[in-house]
Amino acid sequence: MRVLGIETSCDETAASVVEGRAILADVVHTQQIHVQFGGVVPEHAARAHTEKLVAVVRAALSEAGIERPDAVAATAGPGLIGAVLVGLCYGKALAAGWGVPFIGVNHLEGHLLSGLLEDPAPEFPFLALVVSGGHTTLYLARALGDYAVLAATVDDAAGEAYDKVARMLDLGYPGGPVVDRLAQGGDPTAVELPRPRATGLDWSFSGLKTAVRQVLQKTERPVVADVCASFQAAVVDVLLDRVVRAADETGVRTLALAGGVAANSELRRRAVALPGMTVVLPDRKRCTDNGAMIANAGRLHLEAGARDGLDLGARAGWQPA
Amino acid sequence: MRIETPEAMEALGRALGEAAPAGTVIALHGDLGAGKSVLARGIARGLGIGGRIPSPTFILVAEYTEGRLPLHHCDLYRLSDPDELVNLGLDEVLGGDGVVVVEWAERFPEILPADHLEVRIAIDGEARDVAIAGTGPVSQRLGSAVG
Repeated sequence: MRVLGIETSCDETAASVVEGRAILADVVHTQQIHVQFGGVVPEHAARAHTEKLVAVVRAALSEAGIERPDAVAATAGPGLIGAVLVGLCYGKALAAGWGVPFIGVNHLEGHLLSGLLEDPAPEFPFLALVVSGGHTTLYLARALGDYAVLAATVDDAAGEAYDKVARMLDLGYPGGPVVDRLAQGGDPTAVELPRPRATGLDWSFSGLKTAVRQVLQKTERPVVADVCASFQAAVVDVLLDRVVRAADETGVRTLALAGGVAANSELRRRAVALPGMTVVLPDRKRCTDNGAMIANAGRLHLEAGARDGLDLGARAGWQPA
Repeated sequence: MRIETPEAMEALGRALGEAAPAGTVIALHGDLGAGKSVLARGIARGLGIGGRIPSPTFILVAEYTEGRLPLHHCDLYRLSDPDELVNLGLDEVLGGDGVVVVEWAERFPEILPADHLEVRIAIDGEARDVAIAGTGPVSQRLGSAVG
């Protein structure tokens, strides 16, 4: 079954075609970004989706060498309602026009199942760490459509902390890759930073960001590479600390990384070194929002017999369950 | 108002959330690390909303419906174009009967209703100086209820 997947829930306009675990096409049109106020600025985000989506879907079909897929999957939430609706409505219209099945996909489920596109793929049950600018959540994926949140951030997402630290250091945007690169030349023990804890397994990154700010205020000439390396060490420490605890609590020792921060070199290096754990790293291309993860999750549900009607609405706050 | 600890900041937010009438719009101002997220979490708690209140910087808007009134927690930091506010649905929630907390509202001050509460947090070492000012009768009443 060749499934077209459409993703428009936030900044990216993306479409992909998958057939089984093979990705036949994967097209992402990143919205024009501005280095303004040190952050990414999605210009006309939802309107730009409408302008770019037709071309992106055409490119995906052409790259896959097909005129029409056997089914269509589109992100139905969570996300900005106006942005989600663009891809969802277009996906439903395409499915209706082609007379093929349609399914709405949860964006976060797309991320947490994206390890299933890798080879070897994780087997259920597995832990999925979805870590990006908007989310930092550790899921227990028991089976397709059966997920539990084991830990999540109570304030900033890890990727957001990266961007804000990069902004404090005037490193530009996006902050994650720059901090990662500079950290490679720094001493991770040079700057003493806290390993903040929240209740239970939850994370808190806001205090870490504040601690970096205080260090920068107190230090006359901070060594940027050392600050980056120390910050990165603190982030990876707390991320993996909860993974290890969750693995001990659940007895599940397979971990799949997903989300933009899953491209971070230190997180990848230390995750695969976790003793007794099998770790699935996503292709770096598929860490940020993409259509393949939506096509993949859609395919799995479609193969399990699920279908959505054309009356399916967008759900801004939809959580995978 | 002098706020010495994050706990005190959350308590201030809680007082705001408990006293806020339907239709309240609260604009939060303050640098990175000033405590806007802590104050927003307090407001959520005051409205009777439990659980995690993560930062909406990347997702732009988060909605919570389980409290006394719906809470819309918005962050305009990543927006560049006022047209985007329509896609956020912000024009609708700003005129609605919930409570709206807007971070980085200074980027689009024109979208705030005439009567809204301005909360400015200034960093002073470990402590924070918080200035609360209403711009109309309803927000002034809320401001004096917690001030």
